[in-house]
Amino acid sequence: MKTSECDIVIVGVGGQGVILISDVLGRAAVKAGMPVRGAETHGMAQRGGSVINHIRLGCRFSPMVPTGGADVLLALEPAEALRFGHYLSRDGVAMINTDPVLPISVTMGKSVYPGLEDIVDPLSEVCKEVKTLDATSLARKAGTSQAMNVVMLGALSKYIPIKEELLLDALCDVVPKKHLDANKRAFQIGKAEVE
Amino acid sequence: MKEYLLGNVAIAKGLLEAGAGVVAGYPGTPSSEIIESLASLKGDLPIHVEWSVNEKVALEVAIGASWTGARAVATMKHVGLNVAADPFMTLAYLGVGGGIVVIIADDPFCHSSQNEQDTRRYAQFAAVPCLDPVDPGVAKEMVTYGFELSEKLNVPVMLRPTTRVSHARSDVETGHTAEIRRGSGFVKNPARRVSLPVHVRPLHVELLEKQKKIEEALALTPWNSLRLSGVHGVIASGISSLYAEEALIEMDLDLSFLKVGTFPAPSDMIRLIVEHASKVMIVEELEPVLEEQVERVARKYNPDLEILGKGSGHIPRFGELDQLYVRNAIASMEGQPARSGPILGEALKILPSRPPGLCPGCSHRATYYAMRKAFGRDAVFPSDIGCYTMAVPMGTVDTCLCMGASITLASGIRFGGEEKGICCSLGDSTFLHGGMTGLLNAAYNKARITVTILDNSTTAMTGHQPHPGTGFTATGKWSEPVSLEAIARALGAESVETVNPYDIDSAVDAFKRARDYPGLSVVIAKQACVITARRNGQKPQAFRVNDKCEGCRICVEFGCPAIEFEGEKARINNLCAGCGVCAWICPSSAIEVMK
Ligand code: SF4
Ligand code: SF4
Repeated sequence: MKTSECDIVIVGVGGQGVILISDVLGRAAVKAGMPVRGAETHGMAQRGGSVINHIRLGCRFSPMVPTGGADVLLALEPAEALRFGHYLSRDGVAMINTDPVLPISVTMGKSVYPGLEDIVDPLSEVCKEVKTLDATSLARKAGTSQAMNVVMLGALSKYIPIKEELLLDALCDVVPKKHLDANKRAFQIGKAEVE
Repeated sequence: MKEYLLGNVAIAKGLLEAGAGVVAGYPGTPSSEIIESLASLKGDLPIHVEWSVNEKVALEVAIGASWTGARAVATMKHVGLNVAADPFMTLAYLGVGGGIVVIIADDPFCHSSQNEQDTRRYAQFAAVPCLDPVDPGVAKEMVTYGFELSEKLNVPVMLRPTTRVSHARSDVETGHTAEIRRGSGFVKNPARRVSLPVHVRPLHVELLEKQKKIEEALALTPWNSLRLSGVHGVIASGISSLYAEEALIEMDLDLSFLKVGTFPAPSDMIRLIVEHASKVMIVEELEPVLEEQVERVARKYNPDLEILGKGSGHIPRFGELDQLYVRNAIASMEGQPARSGPILGEALKILPSRPPGLCPGCSHRATYYAMRKAFGRDAVFPSDIGCYTMAVPMGTVDTCLCMGASITLASGIRFGGEEKGICCSLGDSTFLHGGMTGLLNAAYNKARITVTILDNSTTAMTGHQPHPGTGFTATGKWSEPVSLEAIARALGAESVETVNPYDIDSAVDAFKRARDYPGLSVVIAKQACVITARRNGQKPQAFRVNDKCEGCRICVEFGCPAIEFEGEKARINNLCAGCGVCAWICPSSAIEVMK
């Protein structure tokens, strides 16, 4: 029997705003009267390490998405998409921001950052669909590269069982007023990108 | 009202709904957000909320408050209870006034900790009740219950969320703030408040006699439940019981199931499932606390019962569990195939690792650079617990044991016979927490070492909490900041110097003087954490690389994530925090401020 309506794993690098996305999703789920569970990365990894947040819509059980169970893997950074690719379910969708954040081992020249195809190809083999978008550039179009996470949220909105107006409502709850317009634009641009 | 809450925020709401009067703690992942959110949620309510100097202090403040009749709480991470173990163990004998709930957040898998000890063992050790929540909503409910039980049985009660409860989020039903339970005054009662041998002997007997009542009371709570069905069963506790419950539903298995949310676990329910079943699996994280209790009951009521768990190798005694792991363990008991996620195998080999590290512009990087220049790579560098522990690759973090141990380890290393330079380091918050006694000891016993206090005026690693050196309390009230320099002198250090680590030249010179000092020397490297500086509105200078760059890579070796190499030249990316240290390091003067 299914124990969750929709399982989402959001990954990225500490500081990219992963928590904001899961916060918006969770609040919107509560507005929709849906049970929701989530798990966040706090502490040491937030200092530029790999971070992963789980959100389970319509679920009353484990706060973490089981390995191989994610309906959507939302990656704010390409290498992190591959690192957490094992969360994807066979029928899942991976959505990847193509703009890399170079780890210190790469900036120091001790390792090489992989090409996008080396990330996308293996993921395509294990799930239904891989979508890539340059969310950082799209966010700049919306007015601020800081809203890259909200571009990704907009793209994600097409794949989850929560109405757009509730997501926007929840976005208003968490984003400071002065940044709200840019964030709403970012949301729409992200959504249009996957349509 | 339903709200989407972080586990620790749900616990803070629980404190309001239970009318807690005094709440004290020391920051530590995964516990820190309890006090942080309470400090902002409490508004004008007459609750005393404090960041204490360390966990022992926090628990003692809570005990004093309880002895006036207030409902009192101490919060900390699991290893914090090691520091607070002294008051904790004897408190169980002496008992409470107003209820005491001790909230200890465990960290299976050491997400952000130096070990993964299981605090349920401490509860057993002290013979006090332990509540083991499955999720944020239950954690919140357990707060009010904890106070009631504590007052009824005159014992402190432990609430033990784990990382996956404290840092989980879920829809939580929240209620109203209760009347705040402040105390009415200290009542003299030496027989229960003074731990003289003659007093504590009978109190120990009393505590042991209470154990039956504790177990009976806990058995009645809604967090223990039993379903008798198939002859195979699962017994699971805390968050593991959620994984097990989900697995049973998902696999549609008709097994008997005992869900445990309190310790000691309910022996009567254990007896029922043990008598009913021929085989059970015990699912719990870390120590076999539940498993041992089941074994004891089974020995008496069903010695033939097959018990799977840690003893049989089905469930590990380390790390954290997850739903898939628990599912597969139960599947193996039932002879069903295991399930796995997609195997990416070879493809993963191309991934560069991404460990957490110091922020761009972090002053610790500059301090360690200057320290290494003065002392040389061969010197011994004991270090401590904080953001700076992440600087292991710089070669200036040779040890990390527990809060404040840098100074005492350095002393021991010298007394043990090390002749090379010894320069230890610890943060300002860590120094105030557990370093001061070590410094006093080093001065008193004449340890020839250099102690570096990395003073960034915050408790950075755990999320930038204030401490006595910052000028602010947990609730944002002004409190005259203590001078680390004055403390160091008062503790007996004769050579004390304060430097700005961004001024690398002066910092290196200060470290050289400290190195050559014939006794105990102290260097205070003072510079705000870049994150708090940015929050306080400081605008960083922008730096860039000009065409004098010769591609020598010396700046890259400094290890700032804002310096990249493009082809043959360095480049500064948009992460730059403008500390200016790389500009100083560059031998070709190729890094300059952007005009
Ligand atoms: S949070 Fe502050 S102290 Fe910690 S690494 Fe970043 S700059 Fe350094
Ligand atoms: S000035 Fe140099 S060392 Fe400092 S943050 Fe910028 S790039 Fe890093």
